[in-house]
Amino acid sequence: MTELLGIPAPVLFGQLLLGLINGAFYAILSLGLAVIFGLLNIINFTHGAQYMMGAFTAWMLLNWAGLGYWWALLLAPLFVGLTGILIERFLLKRLAGLDHLYGLLLTFGLALVIQGLYRNEFGSTGLPYAIPAELRGGQNLGFMFLPNYRAWVVVVSLAVCLATWLVIEKTRLGSYLRAATENPTLVQAMGIDVPRMVTLTYGFGVALAAFAGVLAAPIYQVSPLMGADLIIVVFAVVVIGGMGSILGSILTGFGLGVIEGLTKVFWPEASSTVIFVIMAIVLLLRPAGLFGRTG
Amino acid sequence: MSTALLEVEDLHAWYGEAHVLHGMRFSVREGEVVTLLGRNGAGKTTTLKAILGIGPRRTGSVRFRGQELVHLPPHRIARLGIAWCPEERGIFASLNVLENLLLPPVVAEGGLSLEAIFELFPNLRERLSSQGTKLSGGEQQMLAIARILRTGARLLLLDEPTEGLAPVIVQQIGRTIEKLKRAGFTILLVEQNFRFAARVADRHYIVEHGRVVDEIASVELGPGQERLVAYLAV
Ligand SMILES: Nc1ncnc2c1ncn2[C@@H]1O[C@H](COP(=O)(O)OP(=O)(O)O)[C@@H](O)[C@H]1O
Ligand SMILES: [Mg+2]
Repeated sequence: MTELLGIPAPVLFGQLLLGLINGAFYAILSLGLAVIFGLLNIINFTHGAQYMMGAFTAWMLLNWAGLGYWWALLLAPLFVGLTGILIERFLLKRLAGLDHLYGLLLTFGLALVIQGLYRNEFGSTGLPYAIPAELRGGQNLGFMFLPNYRAWVVVVSLAVCLATWLVIEKTRLGSYLRAATENPTLVQAMGIDVPRMVTLTYGFGVALAAFAGVLAAPIYQVSPLMGADLIIVVFAVVVIGGMGSILGSILTGFGLGVIEGLTKVFWPEASSTVIFVIMAIVLLLRPAGLFGRTG
Repeated sequence: MSTALLEVEDLHAWYGEAHVLHGMRFSVREGEVVTLLGRNGAGKTTTLKAILGIGPRRTGSVRFRGQELVHLPPHRIARLGIAWCPEERGIFASLNVLENLLLPPVVAEGGLSLEAIFELFPNLRERLSSQGTKLSGGEQQMLAIARILRTGARLLLLDEPTEGLAPVIVQQIGRTIEKLKRAGFTILLVEQNFRFAARVADRHYIVEHGRVVDEIASVELGPGQERLVAYLAV
């Protein structure tokens, strides 16, 4: 068996792949947080619960309506995004102009409420969700076995992140978004319905979380607290990348996933804390984050 | 005699508890260049913001082509054909010059083409891919004016476009305003530089403590000019 740095290649690449998978979820989730924070100035603590809602919506579509994975990938983000639009329209809008703390408390409270409701309904043991037939099996690459579904998750996550980045950086809609992030009043005085844009942006960020939830359903168990655990790491990723930076959250998400995976190989005891250690170091050296704008 | 394009009557505005406008009253006819002149803090910028529906709470009446604006949200007001060039210019750092220029949506037919805009402001053509805020102060001012000319808006609200700029640039902006007037734009200009204002405008409203206290037409300059100087002297 081939070895690299004294580690069997399948183990090394296996952990690398696991790191990429986790990184894909970190990237999509922190990207949504960044888009929301940029325009709404709200740190969306409900994000983890909305990711969980995505996974559960996939489960419900399958078990209650007979609609499979591919339908879920389309419908769950739409449905959860719609609930996000209602939350923005009826709750978050009222916080405009108030201190950050209010948004934080509201979204954190909402997460607890949503998770509680799901736990009441479904219990806290995880529910299984099968990998779709088209993506079962895997490829033997010689140095490792690559499960098709995991490859799909990494590729589709990258594609979604890059597409979002392109829309924000290269299109007219994206220039409205960037401009309104800087000076919403002036953009509205140009004739753009900024309040509606804010609502739709929140809906989009939430839909991204739900999309990640559907991707996660066949990998992890579908359970009411699946997002609560993940979101803590994602907030560390956001702090490291710099709150509000689009490209920063994508690169940091994938990068930290890989670093976490490699730590599992070389120093397993540290793997669950490495991201927080990096966060502490970044906060000391560059408080605005690696990609954040200072000042 | 053309009719009033913009009519402001008994306009009051508040920032929180602070009552800043105390019954502003003035009008602008189609094709005119009219200034609001007054010292710092008189309420000129607040008047523009109250017309646009941004910032201060307001009561009273603002009519554009006879339509009441006081109850409309800002984006609807802009869509009627009113464009604003703010005092702080409002160039976006996260957009390059071309994106800044193309940002305001077209609200009506008849806006200037990019070619016509580059004829007015040749400097901009060379800098299209620069970050907006990397431009000099004068270039940023030109960009801030340029981007509202594309949209087809016929009423332009310009807030101190000459503030802090070198004399050559002030002259260039003066010539631009004259060209825009000839092209049929209606302009409400806020100024403290009365010499500049006297050259480009048809009429002047003197603003003090949130009210219009006098109106002077440029044709009566001479005796009028002395009154202007007296109002603006510190
Ligand atoms: N955002 C604001 N909040 C509170 N007071 C303001 C604000 N903007 C302006 N003011 C006050 O309103 C008055 C009029 O200001 P402004 O309209 O900017 O005057 P001008 O443009 O004529 O210099 C001033 O006393 C100023 O201090
Ligand atoms: Mg002012």
